[in-house]
Amino acid sequence: MTHTPLNVQELRDQLHALATRDGIRQWDLGASRGMNASVQVDRGEAKQMKAAQRSSITVRVWNEQGLVGVTSTSDLSPGGLEKALKGAYQASSFGNAEDIPGFSPLATAPIPELDRPLKPSQSIQTLLSTLKDVEGELLAKHPAIETVPYNGLSEGNSERIYLNSEGALRHMQRTQASLYLYARAEESGRKPRSGGAVRVALGSADLDLGGCIQEAAERTISHLNYQPIDTGRYLVCFTPEAFLDLLGAFSSMMNARSILDGVSLSNKESLGQQLAVPFFNLHDNGLHPAHVGAAAFDGEGTPTKRLCLIGNGTLENLLHSEATARQFGVHPTGHAGLGAKVSVGPDWFEVSSSKGSSQPAEQLDHRNASETFVLIESLNALHAGVKASQGAFSLPFDGWLVKDGERISVEAATIAGDIRDVLKGIVHLEPNEVVTHQGVSPHVWVDGLAITGEA
Amino acid sequence: MVETHPALNQTFTLDPSHTPWKDRLETLLQTGVRAGADLVEVFLERTDHIGVLAEQERITSVSPSFGMGAGIRVFLGHRDGFVSTNDLSESGLAQALDQALAMLELEHNALQHERGFEGLRQLRDFGAKKDAWLAQSPELSEITQRLLEGTARLDQLGQHLEVRRGSFSRDWQEVLVAASDGTYARDIRLHQSSGLSVLAAEGEHRASIARRFGSSDRPDDLREWDVDAAANEVCSSAATMLHADYVDGGQMPVVLANRFGGVIFHEACGHLLETTQVERGTTPFADQVGKTIANPAVTAIDEGLSTGAFGSLSMDDEGMESQRTVLIEQGVLKGFLSDRAGELRTGHARTGSGRRQNHGFAAASRMRNTYIAAGPHSTDELIQSVDRGLYCKSMGGGSVGPTGQFNFSVEEGYIIENGQLGRPVKGATLIGEAKEVMPRISMCANDLDLAAGYCGSVSGSIFVTVGQPHIKVDSITVGGR
Repeated sequence: MTHTPLNVQELRDQLHALATRDGIRQWDLGASRGMNASVQVDRGEAKQMKAAQRSSITVRVWNEQGLVGVTSTSDLSPGGLEKALKGAYQASSFGNAEDIPGFSPLATAPIPELDRPLKPSQSIQTLLSTLKDVEGELLAKHPAIETVPYNGLSEGNSERIYLNSEGALRHMQRTQASLYLYARAEESGRKPRSGGAVRVALGSADLDLGGCIQEAAERTISHLNYQPIDTGRYLVCFTPEAFLDLLGAFSSMMNARSILDGVSLSNKESLGQQLAVPFFNLHDNGLHPAHVGAAAFDGEGTPTKRLCLIGNGTLENLLHSEATARQFGVHPTGHAGLGAKVSVGPDWFEVSSSKGSSQPAEQLDHRNASETFVLIESLNALHAGVKASQGAFSLPFDGWLVKDGERISVEAATIAGDIRDVLKGIVHLEPNEVVTHQGVSPHVWVDGLAITGEA
Repeated sequence: MVETHPALNQTFTLDPSHTPWKDRLETLLQTGVRAGADLVEVFLERTDHIGVLAEQERITSVSPSFGMGAGIRVFLGHRDGFVSTNDLSESGLAQALDQALAMLELEHNALQHERGFEGLRQLRDFGAKKDAWLAQSPELSEITQRLLEGTARLDQLGQHLEVRRGSFSRDWQEVLVAASDGTYARDIRLHQSSGLSVLAAEGEHRASIARRFGSSDRPDDLREWDVDAAANEVCSSAATMLHADYVDGGQMPVVLANRFGGVIFHEACGHLLETTQVERGTTPFADQVGKTIANPAVTAIDEGLSTGAFGSLSMDDEGMESQRTVLIEQGVLKGFLSDRAGELRTGHARTGSGRRQNHGFAAASRMRNTYIAAGPHSTDELIQSVDRGLYCKSMGGGSVGPTGQFNFSVEEGYIIENGQLGRPVKGATLIGEAKEVMPRISMCANDLDLAAGYCGSVSGSIFVTVGQPHIKVDSITVGGR
């Protein structure tokens, strides 16, 4: 499963010729192309095998008044390019004169070298055979595990381009593979329970299959013994995955675009203010070695870099595009998309504790704490239960009530609170920082969060 | 660059009178069948989208896009292989078919069957009278003007509004479906969605309220949109919710409003009545047809026929004409929503429910316009029957997990005390399991109404309608603080 890389020079020449013909002096383009293959199985049989070839381009143009228009298409042919350029020019007459994006001043700056070798793909039959074996091993882990209803093994290669009329030219290729396993277990007279695990790697041959099987089995089995929980306030420990999900849902607190739009809990004066407990640090690091999907540049061609967002509990920096950076008088940070109104988003969070800091509850350890607490394994329905502009969340979760060292899975419960209270109510960050497929974080302890259960 | 067929590149169209398409599709299907496939299906699409955002008094984003692509699916026994591509050249499609055949260990040119297929039947052209829809829908200048009217009305009607937004999206899609069982059908779809949203703030108090409206196959929808009514509804809710307290969680009876209240049935039960869930073994209702699974007060329907509704469609994405499917009748399970693969793997007959976001997804059994039918009660009777509980006037999104546990959020709630509506509350999330909740829907009012929404699942994000009359659930877990 390979494809011939995009001919960047040819693409630039075509666009330059079309733009010159139409009198368009300023333009830029983001393009991507990729191929992906995936398989799913069901109790030893192939369920579905899929492959996809995808391509897309987004063209921006600046018209005579300096207003910006944009158009996207999946048609990378010369005809598609021409139509996209025309569409962008037409749209530019509706450009926002109050907020005009420009080229990133860093679009031609050196980009970081990523140590991400391109991995060869395997045949789809090999993927299928592998996933059948993986499913079989997971089913054999426990008699109550009857099916693995959600499973998938995929791999793909892709490339991204950014180029503009001032000579910027970025091009990168990467490969990526993933495995997910969500098992369903049921014991006689009891409700079905589920648990899962995910692994990512640069190539399918590099995936930690055994680790994924073991984790999915352990998580599923750990939920077989379940009980309803009493409604009340609890000492809570978030697993790294759950805490990173929660932080991600409220990343608008650190997003300059959201601040300018008035939908963030932060404002222009928030920089330098205390956002979290003094021993809490948060970086965004799209270059982390474990970040399989790392990109060397963002949608505007700005190089990716490690950025301190919260240091010792204080908001130190924001995520920026070119336009927001200009308004704040700083450099873009490498977190932009590409569009008429450029979106800004986080890449890969790293949560850590300040070295040498004292924490209110340093004795807490989720593996052997003597206190009664709720261990939050994962948060669900973040798209529905998070009000980012209000700071509020009310979310169903999977997890356990841990009492006297014994873990009992919690049946059907929600956890609710305010992200500001959570960040300022952290009582302990465990010393072990765990690398997950979505970021790095230790287990995070917060006291007094509201949990509603069925008991 | 992607290789393209010069003729297609210049005149790309799915017009059935464009002879090369039919010839080319028949060649592809013949090739697949001769290689040993039980069935080959080709889905071609062309799309044209525009999204516009107004913030305060300005248009801040205009995002047009267009595209085309194909999805080729090959069945062999209960297995299938699916390949999607943006490359609609002759060689691109042939390569995609080869790849799909190879997934099932079938080889192009390895003549497995002397039989071919008997050719495509006469085209069923559901799009014949819809060719002008794209041109008839509003131009950019009209769209921007309507949205700015909306944000201006919000400014006039609202208080403490820090953010005012109006948004619009138009999705036009032309599809052509051809399969080796002779299916040959074309359609044009037009979905338009308009919305208003605000963020109100005063001191530490904040409330964000949004309302979205959507239609299918109505080019004039934006022109006919009642901006005043929409702005009034949003501002009224924002004013009410700005100082609302967070709800106290617990088990309690709830009354759910009509329109988007229907998300409870969509999440709690609708997904579990799709044959994709039967295939996975993740529905508790797999062997319950003919049995009582809900309160006798509940009759539930899924259909694609309501004129102009967001989830309506003339044909599904497998070329089958839309239907009305009774899912539950007076509490008794009557049937499932099924697509081609669902029929093959579960035995439930196809219901015209094979849907997909675009050519990048294989079709799957999905909901269309799904609602609980009206009952005999008035809304007041439902509220008066509750001593202490929650009235959910406006709902947010929701989801359902692999064990059938569902959830959805409440945007605007009110405490019910002694049969009367009380103070507003926010921050509620309702969770439960279908098997437990469906028997607890004990009363249905007589005010059925529908609301447009988007549903994300195995075959991508699709346009749907949810709906219900006001209903009462005797007891459910209300997550709060």
